[in-house]
Amino acid sequence: MKTIKGLYYTKDHEWVKVDGNKAMVGITDYAQHALGEIVYVELPEMDEVYKAGDVFCVIESVKAAADSFAPVSGKVVEINEELEDSPEFLNEDPYDNWIMAVEMNNPSELEDLMDDEAYKKFCEKEE
Amino acid sequence: MKSYNKLIFELSKEGRNAIAFPKSDVDRTPLEELIPADLLTKEGVELPEVSEVDVVRHYTLLSKKNYGLDMGFYPLGSCTMKYNPKINEDMSSLGRFANLHPYQSEDTVQGALALMYELDYMLSEISGMSRVSLQPAAGAHGEMTGLMVIKAYHEKRGDNKRTKIIVPDSAHGTNPASAAMVGFDIIEIKSTKNGIIDMEDLKEVLSDEVAGLMLTNPNTLGLFEKDIKEIADLIHEAGGLLYYDGANMNAIMGVSRPGDMGFDVIHYNLHKTFSTPHGGGGPGSGPVGVKEHLVKFLPVPIIEKSGEEYILDYDKPDSIGKIKSFYGHFGVMIRAYTYILAMGAEGLKHASHNAVLNANYMMSRLKKYYKLPIDKICMHEFVLGGIKDEAGEVTTLDIAKRLIDYGYHPPTVYFPLIVREAMMIEPTETESRETLDEFIEAMISIAGEAKENPVLLKEAPHNTPVRRIDEVLAARKPVLKWQKSDS
Amino acid sequence: MHRYIPNTDADARAMMDVIGIDSMDGLFEDIPDNLILKRPLKLNPGMSELEIERKMKELGAKNQSTDDLVCFLGAGAYDHYIPSIVNHLAKRSEFYTAYTPYQPEISQGTLQVIFEYQTMICGLTGMDVSNASLYDGATACAEAAIMAVDNTRRNTILVSKTVNPETRQVLKSYAHSRDINIVEIPMVDGITDSEMLKTLMDADSAAVIVQSPNFFGIIEDLTEVEKLTHGNRSLLISSVDPISLAILKKPAEYGVDIAVGDAQVLGNNLNYGGPYIGFLATTSKLMRKMPGRIVGQSLDVDGKRAFVLTLQAREQHIRRYKATSNICSNQNLNALIASIYMVTMGKKGLREVALQSTEKAYYAMHKLTAGGKYKLAFDRPFFREFALIGPKDADLLNKELLTNGILGGYNLNKEYGIENGVLLCVTEKRTKQEIDKLAALTEVI
Repeated sequence: MKTIKGLYYTKDHEWVKVDGNKAMVGITDYAQHALGEIVYVELPEMDEVYKAGDVFCVIESVKAAADSFAPVSGKVVEINEELEDSPEFLNEDPYDNWIMAVEMNNPSELEDLMDDEAYKKFCEKEE
Repeated sequence: MKSYNKLIFELSKEGRNAIAFPKSDVDRTPLEELIPADLLTKEGVELPEVSEVDVVRHYTLLSKKNYGLDMGFYPLGSCTMKYNPKINEDMSSLGRFANLHPYQSEDTVQGALALMYELDYMLSEISGMSRVSLQPAAGAHGEMTGLMVIKAYHEKRGDNKRTKIIVPDSAHGTNPASAAMVGFDIIEIKSTKNGIIDMEDLKEVLSDEVAGLMLTNPNTLGLFEKDIKEIADLIHEAGGLLYYDGANMNAIMGVSRPGDMGFDVIHYNLHKTFSTPHGGGGPGSGPVGVKEHLVKFLPVPIIEKSGEEYILDYDKPDSIGKIKSFYGHFGVMIRAYTYILAMGAEGLKHASHNAVLNANYMMSRLKKYYKLPIDKICMHEFVLGGIKDEAGEVTTLDIAKRLIDYGYHPPTVYFPLIVREAMMIEPTETESRETLDEFIEAMISIAGEAKENPVLLKEAPHNTPVRRIDEVLAARKPVLKWQKSDS
Repeated sequence: MHRYIPNTDADARAMMDVIGIDSMDGLFEDIPDNLILKRPLKLNPGMSELEIERKMKELGAKNQSTDDLVCFLGAGAYDHYIPSIVNHLAKRSEFYTAYTPYQPEISQGTLQVIFEYQTMICGLTGMDVSNASLYDGATACAEAAIMAVDNTRRNTILVSKTVNPETRQVLKSYAHSRDINIVEIPMVDGITDSEMLKTLMDADSAAVIVQSPNFFGIIEDLTEVEKLTHGNRSLLISSVDPISLAILKKPAEYGVDIAVGDAQVLGNNLNYGGPYIGFLATTSKLMRKMPGRIVGQSLDVDGKRAFVLTLQAREQHIRRYKATSNICSNQNLNALIASIYMVTMGKKGLREVALQSTEKAYYAMHKLTAGGKYKLAFDRPFFREFALIGPKDADLLNKELLTNGILGGYNLNKEYGIENGVLLCVTEKRTKQEIDKLAALTEVI
């Protein structure tokens, strides 16, 4: 299972990459592996405002569908439209292929998330 | 026989036709003189043009690509694939039943109403309920209807905070989905190691917000919830109602009744327990039975007897209303009614006895070769969890696909979700010991192959019209209809 | 021994030995004694086929069918001709004794039938995609409403009063349990009042539901309704009759978002109200929001064209309480019947059915109103059905007609308060002679 140093992680297997006040959000390698071959990503809409913990995206494989939860609160300022036609990118490289970017309105929420080491341990326990 | 790979559209040729009409005996007026041109289609419809022989061959050849119950053993757990008697089909096709318009006046359909009234009685008697509505179209629709009744009951009492339905984690996916359709939130409770409800867990989630508990008994592991009376008491004391999913009714006809267990609402699946065919996925029928205190909430109309006459009674102010057009799947009801006539009281009990006997016999013989997570007497079905002493290379899906090579329809796989590599087997009572033995031998043989030559399983099935299908491709790039450029 | 249960007593004994029990009771030891039914069920003794047939024919004799009567009744269920091959093919047991096609390798027959059905439903409606069918037209409409609510995240459904009353009642029951608001759009002169629609529409309107031909058989022009609906960013749901689509403007030509309806008319018997079949077709945009089963085309490991249930992540067995609907089954046999019917009719045949139904209905309307005793309730273009107002209540009229072997029309007083109103239906099956007889009788009743 791959993790990347410097990212924040959630217990629901999303990652956050912080760029100033902007947070890029995606799903982890653990998540894509658990789902299997991803066939569809229901992307969030631009300008939508999420609270941390809200469902912002649904990811479907043939035999499963998983909700993704917003790791931090904020407004959607970018979405990765490539995923619409090529959901398999999430399988191929889940860290390179972010799902959305939000303008954080409470960056202190990041403190509640895990770093890569803590996340690795968390996943080991999940197994 | 040569293989057939054509779509009906690929047979189409301009000018062919498969139908003749009598010449219209009223004058043909140009359509535009009757209906303004801007209401008429400019495009016409897209339908193929084929001859009558084309149609007959096409559907006959397609039927040959199906595996039906008439071709062999179909041990699909939780689906009760019992024999569908031919007389059922004949009776439902009688013109005096098949060609009735739903809005005919009651005096012209007394036979149909009598049949429905009697079927209501029969199903009430079998389940120990007071009345049964025949309106729901299928099992899931019955669940939804039953839950609407539960909602209406609480609403009528002004008990508006009851917004939650408890569902065990072993439940069929429709249970939570139906609860959501009716606007309930779901509380999922865990099963014990033995696959039955954890009473402590149940007690913990009970509150004045609980509208009811949905349960199937025997449960999806094929086990009877022994503590059902206590469960019922707990739910009732907490002010909730108990809902019975009748998916597994085939185990207990004439033996035990949900009504006596304390259930308030049940739904049946006529296409399972009462031998009306599954039809490749419908039409089914999902009658809903209730105890006396809930009768007034059933959908309208209810068939009543007034003197010697049967009537459609719409005068039920507390009813949840209509949940489908007209009165339900009458054509399916006729089949179930015919079946009950054929079986009688003794026959139904005999059916349940043999359904349970067959399941236990298979389980006893197969458990030497397959993992059996819960080793005790089961009801009408049981759940295996993969091949014993196998390295883990072979999955339940592989076993299922290999069974196809042996000429069988595979059991239900990967359900219930709480058993790893689950394979759920329900033989039903209409299979002989010889058939069960042959299937058991096939299963034993496959268990051997899994260890010696797993590739045989991985690449199965080998001799079907098509082999394993790329489901990822189908879902990533959906092609949901034929288009001219496709061929 | 029962003819459907092959185990002999000797079999049972041998099987019990393998299990390790002495008697059948041993199988039910988990059921507490106080829950064991100690008496036989109060049902009939088992019957032979001969007895069953006798009993069923006795019951049948208490019915009068559309074979016995000349049917002028429609109102949502229609007496069209069913070609002989439809039932011969649909009654093949490889189709009707199969389960849901979860094992695609041995279910290509069913799967291809559904794929072709979906294609033809798109061919009729002009929509991009169709599902594998739903219970009936009324529930299809309710499912479409839920789809609109989920998709727009608005909570009010506007439904025209000219939509079939059964459909509106079902919609109401479904909506009530989900706290969806249903607002009825009044009608004016037999059609949807688009002026009223304008005032009723607001930011909470998820969808507008209309029907054409509407309950009175009147063909509604959806141009204005479409503009208003989409102007409000609501979805337009249109309930349509599949046979009428052979001649009338299709939902796609009007820009409808979700087309629904009942396909009973496509070769299905009247069956005293069911089973019928609901269809639901929509745009590519809403494809993944559809309820119910969907079949897609794919390839097998050898690269061969193959069909499979797809987009299953929407469905209850995967999404559980988050599914788009709780529905599991489709009306598979009815979809098979509808498919065989559509294929048999073909493009030209279906048009002929539509044309003959129209011209015979117009002939009947002229004939019935010629004497002046009956007049059209609404003077508008119609398809197959028309509403008349006469000198007496439709129930009384129908009673008299019945004694003359005629199944009269639908009483419009009950649902619409149209006094002495009757909705008459004329399909291609009716002859000039039958229509003339009806007209002559109405003159004297």
